[in-house]
Amino acid sequence: MGAEFYFGVEVFLNGLMAGVMYALVALGFVLIFKASGIFNYAQGVMALFAALTLVGFQNGQVPFSHLINAIFGTELHHFSWQMPTFLAIICVLLVMVVFAILVEKLVLKHLVNQEPIILFMATIGLAYFMEGFGDLMWGSDVKKLDVGIPQGGNLWVEESTAFLGGDGFFGFYLDTLDIYASVIAILLVSVLVLFSQYTKIGRALRAVADDHQAALSVGISLRTIWVIVWCIAGFVALVAGIMWGSKSGVQFSLSLIALKALPVLMLGGFTSIPGAIIGGLIIGVGEKMFEFLIGAPFLGGATENWFAYMLALIFLVFRPQGLFGEKIIERV
Amino acid sequence: MLYREAGDFKTSYRSDQQTFPILFDRIALAVALVIAFFVVPFFINDYWVNAVFLPFLIYAIAAIGLNILTGYCGQVSLGSGGFMAVGAFSCYKLMTAFPEMSMIISIILSGGITAMVGIVFGLPSLRIKGFYLAVATLAAQFFLVWMFNKVQWFYNYSASGQITAPERSVAGFVITGPNASPISVYIFCLCFLLVLAVIARNLTRGSTGRRWMAIRDMDIAAEIIGVNPLMAKLTAFGVSSFYVGIAGALLFSVYLGAVEVGEVFGINKSFLVLFMVIIGGLGSIFGSFAGAAFMVLLPVLLKNIMVGQFGWATDIAAHFEFVIVGFLIIFFLIVEPHGLAMLWRIIKEKLRLWPFPH
Repeated sequence: MGAEFYFGVEVFLNGLMAGVMYALVALGFVLIFKASGIFNYAQGVMALFAALTLVGFQNGQVPFSHLINAIFGTELHHFSWQMPTFLAIICVLLVMVVFAILVEKLVLKHLVNQEPIILFMATIGLAYFMEGFGDLMWGSDVKKLDVGIPQGGNLWVEESTAFLGGDGFFGFYLDTLDIYASVIAILLVSVLVLFSQYTKIGRALRAVADDHQAALSVGISLRTIWVIVWCIAGFVALVAGIMWGSKSGVQFSLSLIALKALPVLMLGGFTSIPGAIIGGLIIGVGEKMFEFLIGAPFLGGATENWFAYMLALIFLVFRPQGLFGEKIIERV
Repeated sequence: MLYREAGDFKTSYRSDQQTFPILFDRIALAVALVIAFFVVPFFINDYWVNAVFLPFLIYAIAAIGLNILTGYCGQVSLGSGGFMAVGAFSCYKLMTAFPEMSMIISIILSGGITAMVGIVFGLPSLRIKGFYLAVATLAAQFFLVWMFNKVQWFYNYSASGQITAPERSVAGFVITGPNASPISVYIFCLCFLLVLAVIARNLTRGSTGRRWMAIRDMDIAAEIIGVNPLMAKLTAFGVSSFYVGIAGALLFSVYLGAVEVGEVFGINKSFLVLFMVIIGGLGSIFGSFAGAAFMVLLPVLLKNIMVGQFGWATDIAAHFEFVIVGFLIIFFLIVEPHGLAMLWRIIKEKLRLWPFPH
């Protein structure tokens, strides 16, 4: 077998890893959509905000320092301490909980019973708000996030696969960070599944997802459930933010991963957690393989920007509810 | 007292069915037109035209276009940026391929080309509905921007990948290129907006518009009473893309002059136009104007206050702008989900009873 084939396999494996990263973001969307029927565009910005806050806490940055300096003419930048990563993560989680409560109290509460498009627009507004707010709070420069996950090629994988090929083949190149991300994603999904199957809150979540009114009638508080769901989505956003942030630096473009997650959702169905995972894997592998086989040689490259959307679009024409979405039943 | 419909009797069907049946509306419109055509041109300078008037006029066209699709026909589209790019690039190709052709014709033709592209991307809307469709239109957005970036034929193989509008004039007035005078450019765009707005207003009042609205309110029920969903949705996509394409062509040729596709027609442009439609009011032509004015004026105002008055750094001002725009969108949605047009309607109700509300 030639080098081309092995290179193809490597692209495939890297696609799988990228798919896991997409699935991580898509997961947050699915959780909120299932529980409240809200298509939360702000999920990507939440990941950005969580990552920014994490870096800020770690380095002991002064929040709003640019703004304070601009108004009062002071020279504040950093507190004199550095927070250990673990403590910082806990603090960010607390921030995300506060954020979830605020979103429910200030936004969602007032928009109950509005049309889905209005709620969707509200989350776009929220995304704008948080983008500006995060930048004001922590500054807009590119930051390096280091939570102790090693980066670079994984030597172990390379050495243990080197025997496959001939002389010119040195094993598959996989980024250690991606491997960590996959493991963490699998853990996260398992925890979420266990949580929703075997705890009381999880049962309530599923009840709300099934039928809002029936859930209300057996005494489940919708508003509490919404806060919990946004907290979980914040937690997922934090994990996604850490992974993407340590991969490519914490910067504005991190919020664009939301756009990467959308085709994943369409493919997998908006209401299915396994759908998000499998959709993510299909998109990840699909776009890497397409770029490798067709995009780069024939179309001039950079097809990753739109391939996922086109794939999802064509797929949806044949199956409008996505892979695992609930069957759409229309009544007059 | 001010806003009266009592006593405004009609004696013929023609006058009963005219576009603005209430006298006050007609007078207000006439006054607005006189101001727009005969007063504003004498007071504007380069800054006002470029910062406020041109973007307002052009985005109003785009907002009307998106409002036809989203507000009247109920199909949410996030691909406006991509369709504007189609308009801009077809305008560029037409301008360079046929230098003799009048600007008016090339802009209308680029609208037509965009309409065809829009119909192609509208085809899946027959199967895909709701949010799935909104996300599906993103496919158009990303694919079109990528295509205009990669296929060199579209930008005539220029090294920078930019397109630059050559100088063209209409009836002796230069309207594109660096020598265009602010007044002629302003009048040119104003005429386009006026004609397109009148067409849109009448389209939405007629049978086409009623079909769109039936599809919006419940597509299956509309199908049962005999509205052809294929025709209704595709005409909505076509007409909407025509407007958006013209806006894109004007934005490139008259306003910006030089365009780099990823920068100008990115996803943010799609959201900007969508914000205009939502803040202005879904399903209202007046709302499109109000929304466009709001979203154009707000950043100018904020920038003047924060940078001009307080002397803050521009990056802080830019972040604040994001915060305020986001906040205002949420605020508007909570206070009045039907937009500025609804507020205007409420004001008219109040005016009708003023000064004796009981």
